[in-house]
Amino acid sequence: MGAGEKNVVPALEARDLTLSWDGEHIVVQGVSVDVAPGEVCCLVGRSGCGKTTILHALAGLTTPVSGRVLLHGEDVTGRPGRVSYMLQKDLLLPSRRIIDNVCLPLVLAGMKKTDARAKAAPLFERFGLAGCERKWPSELSGGMRQRAAFLRTYLMGADVTLLDEPFSALDALTRTDVRRWFVGVAAELGLSALVITHDVDEAVSMASRIYVLAGAPAAGEPSHVAGIVPVERVNSEHFELTDEYLAAKREVMALLG
Amino acid sequence: MASRPEPARARRVLTPLLTVAALLALWQAVVGVGIVPNFLLPTPVQVVQSLVEDAPLLASHCVTTLAEAAAGLAAGVALGFVFAVLMDRFEGFYLAFEPLMTISQTIPTVAIAPLLVLWLGYGALPKVVLVIISTFFPITVSLASGFRSVDPDVIDLMRTMNASRWQIFWYAKLPAATEQFFSGLKISATYAIVGAVIAEWLGGNVGLGVYMTRVRKSFSYDRMFASIIVISALSLALMKLVELAQRTCMPWKRAERNSNER
Repeated sequence: MGAGEKNVVPALEARDLTLSWDGEHIVVQGVSVDVAPGEVCCLVGRSGCGKTTILHALAGLTTPVSGRVLLHGEDVTGRPGRVSYMLQKDLLLPSRRIIDNVCLPLVLAGMKKTDARAKAAPLFERFGLAGCERKWPSELSGGMRQRAAFLRTYLMGADVTLLDEPFSALDALTRTDVRRWFVGVAAELGLSALVITHDVDEAVSMASRIYVLAGAPAAGEPSHVAGIVPVERVNSEHFELTDEYLAAKREVMALLG
Repeated sequence: MASRPEPARARRVLTPLLTVAALLALWQAVVGVGIVPNFLLPTPVQVVQSLVEDAPLLASHCVTTLAEAAAGLAAGVALGFVFAVLMDRFEGFYLAFEPLMTISQTIPTVAIAPLLVLWLGYGALPKVVLVIISTFFPITVSLASGFRSVDPDVIDLMRTMNASRWQIFWYAKLPAATEQFFSGLKISATYAIVGAVIAEWLGGNVGLGVYMTRVRKSFSYDRMFASIIVISALSLALMKLVELAQRTCMPWKRAERNSNER
């Protein structure tokens, strides 16, 4: 496969996914999503429209009624452990020190504890966690815990990361800080990410493309992709104040209805 | 209204001590002046005297009771652990045994003890079995609910890390259950002593229960009270031991308490 051809293959692709909670009740119908290598995309939708259901299917935790999930072109439908997944809650294990929490994916994959620690330790500084190695999760602030959770996600080793409202448990100021930090780190590490959020501002400030999900599965109307909004990032310093930002936000709001 | 300030440590220790001292003084006075006849109720001083006099005898009975309680508790914990793991692993096992276990706990220990003695003789076995029966339930229930208390999202997260069932158990479920396990163990530890003593009442040659039966038959109520004190002390000591084990096994709890206080 040539280098040019490789760039065409999305890092993550969902083709025509139809998902259900119980096998009868359709939640999401015919959803297709793709994330290019190194791209951060957002999936926006109202509460209960099936965003997390989609992420579960992409993570391989559930098998779709129909449709396929491709990772760099390889079919990984219903196979967990191929993409990194970070949930809304940090889900750090209270009984393990931070270093052992972030090492968890390595140790679970069979790496020796000492080797795993040696691999993770140099990353603490880059993830803003220097000095926290031996601390217990309860000794860290919400923002720090989220960084630790992100480092753990990163150590899962997959180049595609799914994030389910990763910043929603943080207070507004910490949230903006951690989000900016995340965008920087993701760009630096060349991560491809699909981020769920119900916060339109968050989506516009992070993503290069926004998938807008519409529908009301609880009322018997399965969700679908109502539109894809590309975000043209012009002035990264004060992007939130530009017309392009507002235009993208308006378009997303209109699609949400 | 302003919240009441945390009482100083000295006051926290002194107040209950003074209360106990006052009650003991009252007891001494009530029997001393003859409101309650002495042949029915010994004075605290008499109780302490007989405790000192019979100390070597009590100690040897203590060893037997403790050994029975410890053996029964260890077996009860092991059995409870196995049951809890099976109940967690197999839904059918949970459905089959959960109601049965609840019902089994409504059967009073005192009622099964004579049967156990009848079936298993006057040796240590019926005592150990009774301790197992009475300690097994709190352990199983606390562990089973501890395993179930784990956040399902943690399990999903670990599945995305390709964790095996065993790894999920070891890293997530078992630590999630430790706190409840130790609560159950604390209850079980006191049940263990009481269970052994009750079984000893009904037959045997040695143990605190046997000692109690003998002194009761000879109307030595001071010695009766002395053995009650010993049983309480043993139960308390075991509970403290469990607390110590809990602190050692759960170092993160101290960090959690500290950050809660901040």
